Amino acid sequence: MQTWSLVSICVLLGVVVRWGVSLNSYSGAGKPPMFGDYEAQRHWQEVTHNLPLHQWYFNTTNNDLNYWGLDYPPLTAYHSWICAYVAKMINPEWVELHKSRGYESPMHKLFMRSTVLVADLLIYIPAVVLYCLYFTDGSSKKKVSTMLCFLLYPGLTLIDYGHFQYNGVSLGFALWGILALGLGWDALGSIAFSFALNYKQMELYHALPFFCYLLGKCIKVGLMGRGLFLLVRIAATVLVTFALCWLPFLSDPGQALQVVRRIFPVARGLFEDKVANTWCSLNTLIKIRSILSANTQLYLSLACTLLAVLPSCIRLLTKPTFWHFRLALVNSSLAFFLFSYQVHEKSILLAALPACLLLNDLPLMVIWFLQASTFSMLPLFLKDGLLVPYIVTSLAFLFFSIYLLSALDRCSEDELRLGAYNKLLFCLPKMDLGCLVRWKFYISVAVMAGLSIASAVLVPPPRLPDLFPVLVSVAAFLQFFGTFIYFNIVQFSGTSSRKSQKKNN
Amino acid sequence: MAAPVDGGSWFPALAVGVSLLKCLFINAYRSTDFEVHRNWLAVTHSLPVSKWYYENTSEWTLDYPPLFAWFEFSLSQVAQHFDRNMLQVENLNYASPPTVLFQRLSVIFTDLVFIFAVRECCRCVQVQKGSQDVLSRPSFVLAALLLWNFGLLIVDHIHFQYNGFLFGFLLLSVAKHLQSQHLQGALLFAILLNLKHIYLYVAPAYGIYLLRSYCFTQDNKDGSVSWTSLSPLRLLGLCAIVTSVCALSFGPFIAMGQLPQVLSRLFPFKRGLCHAYWAPNIWALYNALDKVLAMLGVRLKLLEEAELPRASMTGGLVQEFQHAVLPSVSPPITLVCTLLSILPAVASIWRRPRGARGFLRCLLLCALGSFMFGWHVHEKAILLAILPLSILAVESREDAGIFLVLTTTGHYSLFPLVFTPAELPIKAALMLAFTVFSFAALRKLHSQGSLLHPLEILYLLGLVVVAIACEIVFPLSPWQQRLPFLPLLATSVYCSLGVCYSFLRLYVSLLRAEGKHKQL
Repeated sequence: MQTWSLVSICVLLGVVVRWGVSLNSYSGAGKPPMFGDYEAQRHWQEVTHNLPLHQWYFNTTNNDLNYWGLDYPPLTAYHSWICAYVAKMINPEWVELHKSRGYESPMHKLFMRSTVLVADLLIYIPAVVLYCLYFTDGSSKKKVSTMLCFLLYPGLTLIDYGHFQYNGVSLGFALWGILALGLGWDALGSIAFSFALNYKQMELYHALPFFCYLLGKCIKVGLMGRGLFLLVRIAATVLVTFALCWLPFLSDPGQALQVVRRIFPVARGLFEDKVANTWCSLNTLIKIRSILSANTQLYLSLACTLLAVLPSCIRLLTKPTFWHFRLALVNSSLAFFLFSYQVHEKSILLAALPACLLLNDLPLMVIWFLQASTFSMLPLFLKDGLLVPYIVTSLAFLFFSIYLLSALDRCSEDELRLGAYNKLLFCLPKMDLGCLVRWKFYISVAVMAGLSIASAVLVPPPRLPDLFPVLVSVAAFLQFFGTFIYFNIVQFSGTSSRKSQKKNN
Repeated sequence: MAAPVDGGSWFPALAVGVSLLKCLFINAYRSTDFEVHRNWLAVTHSLPVSKWYYENTSEWTLDYPPLFAWFEFSLSQVAQHFDRNMLQVENLNYASPPTVLFQRLSVIFTDLVFIFAVRECCRCVQVQKGSQDVLSRPSFVLAALLLWNFGLLIVDHIHFQYNGFLFGFLLLSVAKHLQSQHLQGALLFAILLNLKHIYLYVAPAYGIYLLRSYCFTQDNKDGSVSWTSLSPLRLLGLCAIVTSVCALSFGPFIAMGQLPQVLSRLFPFKRGLCHAYWAPNIWALYNALDKVLAMLGVRLKLLEEAELPRASMTGGLVQEFQHAVLPSVSPPITLVCTLLSILPAVASIWRRPRGARGFLRCLLLCALGSFMFGWHVHEKAILLAILPLSILAVESREDAGIFLVLTTTGHYSLFPLVFTPAELPIKAALMLAFTVFSFAALRKLHSQGSLLHPLEILYLLGLVVVAIACEIVFPLSPWQQRLPFLPLLATSVYCSLGVCYSFLRLYVSLLRAEGKHKQL
């Protein structure tokens, strides 16, 4: 069969799965007074549609910032504004100021769900298709298999189409940036990534690798000659893109400052809820938040994050190849997720996206990590009533990715790039690391399955109401930490696959 | 899509994939058939057998044969562990989340019969040599066409019915015939008939084929039947199987003297010529012609508008309805038309049996013939033709062309079945995916050149225009209020053209094969 028919079947299946998930409940359905992220997005539409732009980010009588105040950068606000425009055409009640609070109806759900699908179809899915067609080694069947697994990644589908958010937009822009950089169109790539940053500030998790990759490339060309020109060009592109995105807010410094203050809420504490990162997991042993002052916490997390990001970024600066860029993206976003301040459980999607890019290169490790990332959001899915789609999409992803990418057959030491471990563990008796990894994978999947069933079925003892969420987050943290170390070692062990080296040199 | 792993591992992958996909539709729209089956669960669980066919608290009385009632009874044994309240007859329209979950899962699990049957069918397909690629292997294509069949997916897992389970028996019995295990095939078909009597439509093909090719053991030299070769043992065996299955199913009701009541439930002739939404068959064209003539008549002042019988045919109720201009059609007429339409096919396999594949073709023509001319045909019945045709389509180039036309139009004609806007993306995307697959895979399979005539392609492209007009443009236009039945009318008339055309082409291919045979 021709590639295009396989590609279109994959995309259509991806759409069917997404829409199948979207038939389920969303966050905060029928839960007044605060509802959930669904209401937040609807409320932003209401605010941006009815209020003048200079009131969007300010607390006024018409804009209660304590009720889902806008706390994302301008592009999100513009997106809400466009959606609101369409909503108003269909049914003005959906965005009526004040009166529409907590509005819920089947038609409105359908509208909101379709805005997500439209955004996905325009931005995320084309980027995935192009990435897989351009940057997957092997036959067209291999490319299409990778594409299907990429599109089936359950975490993103469940959050965007179940829980309700527009992560596909920011991740899609970032992916367009990565794609452009891979093709050598640095300026276009930086424009796309600037859009991503201006859609969701969390994209900062990816910013350092982008910066280091571009800088490293310029240094390689020679910072005194052509490199400088390239650097200036990229810097100018980024500045202009940012200026365009922020244009309406730039007339008054107070406006821009307020937006920045809304975007980075330092006052909200080291972490909320149960997140599978270092601080929350450490909290089960030591109560950090009561020992350290808020400022110390902030600086501590900042220092740890920088320390964790630094190695992979320096490596990328010295070796600015696409392979290292992709690895650095995983490492950086994981470092941010594990160590930075105010992390949400959904932020793991930012690490999942670059991991998806490596699906075909390191299948088993990536599938393992992606499954763990979906699992880490289990408490959220249970709260939203998404248990059935969680089970179905996870099983489908695990089954198809392992089958299509023949993940379990491709785990010799060489293919898993475990060479460096043998050097590190020289003191231990020699063993078959590939086999060890496979067994660790089986055990971890069993643990995830067991914990999923336990959280869904069992009632926690009254003394420990948070038992299962804590267990889930600690289990997920251990896997994330392991993945973080693994990908750092892979990045330092140097040799990329021969083919991708050829492509980049 | 499958990686080049060992030979048969793609089959579980296809089956697991589609089963998981079905699970995603648990919360989707479901039709009144959901309540129908819940009511049957309740009736069979809470009442003694003697009351099954008399119970009428719900309007959805039990109208399937007894074996299906027993099937519901066995499901209800599991259902009581999900939610006992769904098993009470008085709880009309009961749909608690556990009830929905149980009913949906029951369809998904009983589909295992279908999956098993598909695997058996795939084993019967002739393997071409030299095709290394999994995607261009006939058995792979057949498995995908059957397991991922769009019509079956939306009818069973969104609309809600147990067709997968029933088609499992049909395909299994066909596979047994292809493997020349006729007694097993006959047994399976007898069971199927006692599960759902709609399969009576294809019974003539079974009867004639088994009699001619199984009971008569020898042919004359010119291929005609040798009357002396009748094997009484085989005939007795067949009769024993069929009667014992029927006795098992209807026996208790005959013993209780309830047979007339059961039969009156099974064959309700009080319904109209066409279902609420016209199935795309001859009668849809006939009704449409009647409407056009009536409108013309009123325009040209030949008819008085007040004298016309008032009925907005595709508008809703299942009832008898009078044609305005053309003569009305009564059940006996449709019966005669149906019999006439299947007669040549049945006669052909009597005169010149062409093995199990000839039987399959005859079965198809019976299914399509009764779909074209039957009384009160449901649009879902088109699956009875589409699924068996898949087997022929992977083997012969000509059948592949017919398959593409029939499947695409037949599947599109199922669109009005799932009419809620929330399911529109699913049905559109799934149908598109299935159609792209069937075109690409069959074309690869029968390499060299297009499978379709340019006019056929043009007709199929016209479906896209109809789809956009009916699903998107029409709901937004002012006609929505005045002529609500227009999209349904357009859909069924347009689709019936394609179905009629496929029917004719299938007949032509049958007769042509006969002609060739004669020349040899």
